Amino acid sequence: MSTGTLAEAEAPPPLAPVPATGKPPRKRGRWTPYLLLAPGLIWLLVFFAMPMVYQASTSVQTGSLEEGYQVTWHFATYWDALSEYYPQFLRSVLYAGSATVLCLLLGYPLAYLIAFLAGRWRNLILILVIAPFFTSFLIRTLAWKTILSDGGPVVGALNTLHVLDVTSWLGLTAGDRVLATPLAVVCGLTYNFLPFMILPLYTSLERIDGRLHEAAGDLYARPFTTFRKVTFPLSMPGVVSGTLLTFIPASGDYVNAELLGSTNTQMIGNVIQSQFLRILDYPTAAALSFLLMAAILLMVTVYIRKSGTEDLV
Amino acid sequence: MAFVNWLKRRLVVIAGLLTLGYLLLPNIVVTVFSFNQPKGRFNYEWQEFSTAAWTDPCGVADLCGSLSLSLQIAAWATLGATALGTMIAFALVRYRFRARGAVNSLIFLPMAMPEVVMAASLLTLFLNLGAQLGFWTILIAHIMFCLSFVVVAVKARVMSMDPRLEEAARDLYAGPVQTFVRVTLPIAAPGIAAGALLAFALSFDDFIITNFNAGSTVTFPMFVWGSAQRGTPVQINVVGTAMFLVAVLFVVAGMAIGNRRRRQKA
Repeated sequence: MSTGTLAEAEAPPPLAPVPATGKPPRKRGRWTPYLLLAPGLIWLLVFFAMPMVYQASTSVQTGSLEEGYQVTWHFATYWDALSEYYPQFLRSVLYAGSATVLCLLLGYPLAYLIAFLAGRWRNLILILVIAPFFTSFLIRTLAWKTILSDGGPVVGALNTLHVLDVTSWLGLTAGDRVLATPLAVVCGLTYNFLPFMILPLYTSLERIDGRLHEAAGDLYARPFTTFRKVTFPLSMPGVVSGTLLTFIPASGDYVNAELLGSTNTQMIGNVIQSQFLRILDYPTAAALSFLLMAAILLMVTVYIRKSGTEDLV
Repeated sequence: MAFVNWLKRRLVVIAGLLTLGYLLLPNIVVTVFSFNQPKGRFNYEWQEFSTAAWTDPCGVADLCGSLSLSLQIAAWATLGATALGTMIAFALVRYRFRARGAVNSLIFLPMAMPEVVMAASLLTLFLNLGAQLGFWTILIAHIMFCLSFVVVAVKARVMSMDPRLEEAARDLYAGPVQTFVRVTLPIAAPGIAAGALLAFALSFDDFIITNFNAGSTVTFPMFVWGSAQRGTPVQINVVGTAMFLVAVLFVVAGMAIGNRRRRQKA
């Protein structure tokens, strides 16, 4: 069912629609396309584009909840917000980046397994990857509290293996605890966004012609060389869309940091949420949200340029 | 060489299965703990086996209310997003018109935006308009963010359709309406169904956008969020387990239908 949709979300917007026969699309009525587009586009303009404009205007307002806000072009809000909350910004990039790398490392073997090795188990494994996606992610995130609990088997095993000594020294965990540490937050983020990595990887791996592997083998390439020179380069579209689909939502997430972390692991999403819903400082909240959006658009643009796959997104 | 190859093959399989285990571990924990009889308010530690929560899933105040509210919102959001999205998808694939690029970007952007940014900006709009936060603002937000996903799912299907089938229908004197209802729609149906299913899952499970725009209305994910502070009843695990089972059942049924169709064609 929706296995292809996540990857295709990143597919190039076709400049000209090319139907299967290659003939130009028929012209029925000149107004038909606009009538078909109108309701949905109006919805997106009013409830997606216009809010962005309102948010931009809110971010340069001054005033108070009681007296009301006015646009005063007070750009200092941006500077104040950035200088006060840059640790949370950095943490978001760091946590989301680590989770993305972990997702790639964990997700690639599974995507490869489904695409090439699973045989008749393929559908079952795909179902098991997609099905948790339909279960409430909040409930599953709460389950990590049980899994990582202080007296639990995971913490016990890590302690016996002296892993926690190392991670504590690195500042990833604190003493004998995993909960309420950066490690727990990154673990939760990795877990929550893993399907967004696996599905695009799977769709791009599945498109690879198996005969290419045979050809590489015939040319005396060892399996690892085949992977490095044939499989991985051909799966780049999946890698790019998978990393984007993981990094972008992860950097704005505040659920994992709130449920599995502590006040020392807050991400920028947590700040935006509390500024908007608890402290009710709308200009600061809007400025932070705008900064997050700008930072992500910037990073994504640079990333797409660097990965040389502009035509893919 | 053969042994090394064998080992390398197994290494990928082992790594892949470990990742699958990582993905499923929380679901297993949720299922196991749905049979727990916790002491105190939180259900994080195993105490003793009990089926109490399964026999009385609505035994917690507001849980089933929030669940039915979430189902209603998801149903309406699915209906709205699927209708609007299918129309856009058809327009994009079948017609050439001005500003196609702009339209494509406008549809792509909501998927490339962190949820918290969309949630916050929508809240500034509603605050500025003085809208009453609740059912309607949640529904508006859900239709907005599900829309793009439906467009992508339906577009993929319509793009792979052979237009000659519709030409054939017209050659056989079918009118435009008849062609659409009897030829176009049945072929596009799997794409529309996939889009609708995705929209339902996204809407039902959404927390971040709902949290910003719900006011004092409590959907099921918000109930779960609140319970993380107040105390988590076992019934939450029951609902989580049931959702997992229903999802697996749906996907298996969908695949079975697809397989049977393919066999009939062959």
